[in-house]
Amino acid sequence: MIEGILIGLTTALTLQNILMVMVGCFFGTIIGMLPGLGPMTAIALMIPITYGFDPATGLILMAGVYYGAVFGGSTSSILLNAPGVPGTVATSFDGYPMAQQGKAGKALAIAAWSSFAGGTLSAIYLLFMAPSLSKVSLSFRSPDYFALMILGLTAIAAFSSKGQFLKAMMMVVLGLMLASVGQDSLSDITRFTFDNMNLTDGISFVLVVMATFAMSEALTIILKRNDPTSAAKQVSLTELGSIKINKEERTKMYKTIPRSSIIGFLIGVLPGAGATIASFLAYGMERNVVNDEEKEKFGKGSVNGLSAPETANNAACSGSFVPMLTLGIPGSGTTAVMLGALLGFGVQPGPRLYMTNPEIFWSIIMSMYIGMVILLILNLPLIPYIARILAVPKNYLIPLILFFSVTGIYVMSFNNFDIYLMIGIAVVATFLRLYDFPMPPLILAFVLGGLMEENLRRSLLLSNGSWEFLWDRTLTLCILLTTILIVVWHFYKSIIRK
Amino acid sequence: MNINTTKIISLLFFIFSAFYLYTAYQIQVFAFDENAPFNARTFPIYLGYAGLFFSGLKLVLPEPNTIKVDHKNLEYKKTAILIVIAIIYGATILKIGYFLTTSLFLFSSYYFLGERRWILMFLLSFPFVAAFMYLLHGVLDIYLRDPFLQSIGVMG
Repeated sequence: MIEGILIGLTTALTLQNILMVMVGCFFGTIIGMLPGLGPMTAIALMIPITYGFDPATGLILMAGVYYGAVFGGSTSSILLNAPGVPGTVATSFDGYPMAQQGKAGKALAIAAWSSFAGGTLSAIYLLFMAPSLSKVSLSFRSPDYFALMILGLTAIAAFSSKGQFLKAMMMVVLGLMLASVGQDSLSDITRFTFDNMNLTDGISFVLVVMATFAMSEALTIILKRNDPTSAAKQVSLTELGSIKINKEERTKMYKTIPRSSIIGFLIGVLPGAGATIASFLAYGMERNVVNDEEKEKFGKGSVNGLSAPETANNAACSGSFVPMLTLGIPGSGTTAVMLGALLGFGVQPGPRLYMTNPEIFWSIIMSMYIGMVILLILNLPLIPYIARILAVPKNYLIPLILFFSVTGIYVMSFNNFDIYLMIGIAVVATFLRLYDFPMPPLILAFVLGGLMEENLRRSLLLSNGSWEFLWDRTLTLCILLTTILIVVWHFYKSIIRK
Repeated sequence: MNINTTKIISLLFFIFSAFYLYTAYQIQVFAFDENAPFNARTFPIYLGYAGLFFSGLKLVLPEPNTIKVDHKNLEYKKTAILIVIAIIYGATILKIGYFLTTSLFLFSSYYFLGERRWILMFLLSFPFVAAFMYLLHGVLDIYLRDPFLQSIGVMG
């Protein structure tokens, strides 16, 4: 492991890679701050640029963007009560009231320190857990992988917003259907191309991500421009207040951060869960463990109430790298986008990544530490300046997002068919989003589609067409039982809620 | 009669899944693969049935949280204009070239979104695209076909 850490440090500490983390954190913070634009959009916009780099550098850049966007999301949550990303919704519960009391600077500083601590602690957990998990995952066979993918897709659907399970499952199926377009990987038989040569190689992952996130996000913002419920609130940037945290507040944070980081990391590790659930759970747990006097302050500007979700969402970000790097199963929609980018680099994540590409594996883990430090250095003094980006008029912002989306696709294929296809998918996605059909399950399914078919093919061929492979191995059976448990738990919760 | 749009979307998805399933059955496989436990049409067939199952359930089960979209507050006109501009952009980029089409795409998008600060609109379109193009073409070595710039002798 020491050798691996050194390899990672050597790769992560090159001038180019440090610069990439810095650029990523800065760019991510800005994108994450813009309401509606989250880490997935930020990473999607980065993918075409990363193809010019080697895989380690490209991933380091994307990891920086990820952390930056999550922190940026907190900024708009605190200043505008308009979370840039779903993972920072819980941050606004106490961050926004604090800002309204004239303590916006303090709230941003608490968020920055909590994010830093949560991220650093979870990077330490990741450092020790990832190698052992990768050893365990070496025992996985095709049926286990197939079952694991079913678990990942079911989990992301079950953990999507309230009462949306069936909608999310429909999006999963749509993602898998989109992934099935093009040549079959084994027989080279073309499927669903309708004799269009442009579809022979299938639909590009970047195209689907750009269409369903960046472009449809831009179209949604324009569409809802006059909607009073989504109108962005203005904030006086001159009233940020002091960013100093006093001793009493620090004492509260010392207790909150360790427990929230553990929750965040563990939730992040679960395929399909991610930062949103982690932050809500940490907020709920914190509310239950504090004394009655502190409990009263929740929702009115509590330090614990702000620190807990902030620590947890950053810890979950690192946690979600565990299943992605060691099993090839993304822990969140954002890591699904990164998984697609990795496959684009020709790197196959999974247990063998640890052995075949140790420099990628370790440099990502090492760059997380560096990313955390840079985020803190970058964000604390720049808080008042970064916040000004919130004032960028949408008349400029939207065309620029569209520009980056279309250019990103054009420079990959130099083909206008892809531009039309992207517009078509974006229009459908915008319409679906209006009616709360979630997009992350679609992306996760699109990324996993090929691998899922491949593992099902192997399993069925080995078992001579029998579905017994689903319960032949204890591991496969355990994973499937977990999947069933998640579905049953989801329906049980829905009934209880009614 | 108040028709639930989510149900209409589910019905459309049901029809789409049925069409997908029909197309999946039409996939031509090699003769020796016809009776194999798994061939090129196996996975799509399962997906077609899964699509029918989930959209069918959504159609049949009662809707717990009905989503109400206030269409009066939605900016359909501007959104449609932006989509049309993007389609025109796609149709002209290969013939005219990256620089001019992208600059005009940005400029017209700013205009139709209600912007009237002409100097800022110009700066954030033509020089901005030129700088971005230099980054792609000159720094990252990504070739961008541009008949317009070639015709005026700016690009080789």
